[in-house]
Amino acid sequence: MNFLRNQLDKVKHSFEKGGKLEKYFYAYEALETFLFAPNTTNGEKGSQIRDAIDLKRLMMTVIVAMIPCLLFGIWNVGHQHFLAIGQPDAALGDKILIGSLQVIPIIVVSYGVGLGIEFVFAILRKHPINEGFLVTGMLIPLVMPPGIPLWQVGVATAFAVIIGKEAFGGTGMNVVNIALTARAFLYFAYPTDMSGSVWTYLGDAKAVAAYSGATPLSLGADAATSGANVVASLNSFGAGWNEGVFTLSNLFIGLRPGSIGETSTLMCLIGAFILIATGVGSWKIIVSVFGGAYAMGLLLNLLGGNAYMEMPAHYHLVIGGLAFGAVFMATDPVTASHTETGKWFYGLLIGMLTVLIRVFNPAYPEGIMLAILLMNIFAPLIDYFVVGANKKRRLQRATV
Amino acid sequence: MSTAVAEVEVVEKKSEPLFSKKSRKLISNPLDIDNPITVQVLGVCSALAVTTQMKPAIVMTIALTIVTASSNVIISLLRNTIPSRIRIIVQLAIVSLWVILVDQLLKAYSYDLWKQLSVYVGLIITNCIVMGRLEAFAMGNKPGPALLDGIGNGLGYGLILLIVGFFREILGGGSIFGFKIFEAMGLHYQGNGLMLLPAGACFIVGIVIWVQRSLNGYRESH
Repeated sequence: MNFLRNQLDKVKHSFEKGGKLEKYFYAYEALETFLFAPNTTNGEKGSQIRDAIDLKRLMMTVIVAMIPCLLFGIWNVGHQHFLAIGQPDAALGDKILIGSLQVIPIIVVSYGVGLGIEFVFAILRKHPINEGFLVTGMLIPLVMPPGIPLWQVGVATAFAVIIGKEAFGGTGMNVVNIALTARAFLYFAYPTDMSGSVWTYLGDAKAVAAYSGATPLSLGADAATSGANVVASLNSFGAGWNEGVFTLSNLFIGLRPGSIGETSTLMCLIGAFILIATGVGSWKIIVSVFGGAYAMGLLLNLLGGNAYMEMPAHYHLVIGGLAFGAVFMATDPVTASHTETGKWFYGLLIGMLTVLIRVFNPAYPEGIMLAILLMNIFAPLIDYFVVGANKKRRLQRATV
Repeated sequence: MSTAVAEVEVVEKKSEPLFSKKSRKLISNPLDIDNPITVQVLGVCSALAVTTQMKPAIVMTIALTIVTASSNVIISLLRNTIPSRIRIIVQLAIVSLWVILVDQLLKAYSYDLWKQLSVYVGLIITNCIVMGRLEAFAMGNKPGPALLDGIGNGLGYGLILLIVGFFREILGGGSIFGFKIFEAMGLHYQGNGLMLLPAGACFIVGIVIWVQRSLNGYRESH
């Protein structure tokens, strides 16, 4: 540690005002405050800070909340890989190894590209480097399919950070969720790598004969046309290579193919618990997204019409990426509604739209991504009406 | 969309030489500081629609330049005789005359491109750039400057169309003017589907505006 400190002190003068690398001061500062606690603190009097939590700690809390999803995701990538190639008895270590080899490069690329762009913009715009990318850089890998080409991760991250964030003014100014922007970019730019049978990493190995890349969502969409009972086809799916992969309990625990971090509803709920307990994420949004999806599912059950609409409503909560989106994406404090009442509407609409898109739009099997992006756009409008209603209520009460 | 653009006051005292500084401005301003797409934000619809490839973008540019320039001249000649209450319909009639001519020419001499551009040539009639220039310039200026203004705005529109078309074609399909450039170099290029969607054009127009405004320091006045 002393060695690092000495090295930093040695080069410090050239970054300070008048030094020859003055332009890169903020890059230096970011590195220094990342490694050591900053030596500039508030005075004892006169500051209005009531809590020690700052942006850096807020972001780190979210990352801690994502760790269960990440670790489970790494193991699950390996687990699904060995099931698909017909070696269900593979050792735990092998599964984690395969998973790590797939997932860690994606994380490295996502952080490398994103932080690189942040550094460049911070130097160009002469502002300190924000910690805003810490969470985004972890969210992006978690919503990617395990076999995604790394260059696509890089391109998508660059697009999301530049167009989604820096064009709007940087951290805290973005209109839509950056990680979802990256995913939406890939979804529309390279659809062949983002949909279909990409949810299990196969590598060079050959899948067993019975293997199928279908997902619960695509089975549901098929049922809408064929009329087969969705629950029955989910329960019987995977015969011969991965028995019972889509049973309700399996879907809840997350032992199924999917994006790296989204498969396990259980792990997402652990993350939700951490976010709510620390007060970082809004429980109203999380609860209302689940509630909205469940309510919409019930409504479709009542209406009936096709087999997908008749699927029991609670299945909607465990298939696809609803849980992950509800816990980590919808709660993004920058892009969500800011008023407390607004958060209920915002979450409810996300849940309802997700189920609507899933059931009625065969072109987009998973609705949570588009539902959150859409509601990000509408969040300021919701706030506008909530504030307006509040003003009206108080004016009525006022006696002048 | 507003057609309220900065009117160029040309005082009708003595005849300007054709290529005076002021006349040259009529051509060069629309290319940068008064660009119809990136500054006036007119004609964006067709800019999103015809720019998936370079070739239709060029043809569209030529068509729009011809229509804007010739309608500008005719309206400018008639400007003192058009009653102001019916001026829009008179302008429309003249614009549609030129659009039909261009449309028929395209149909006769390059049928494939005509099919590719489909309704967008016909829609030049309602293109905001044409109407905007007639209202803002031709109704108050002599035919000479009006001609230059029409050509300038057509080229300003075309410049953006070509930039957008270039990036959409090379990123979307890896080719320029239909020539597969990456395959010719022996590389594999996976086309970016987003660039083929109108949303891709929106992003590129936005980036062009971003780059342009940070270069020339343009700020919108409120």
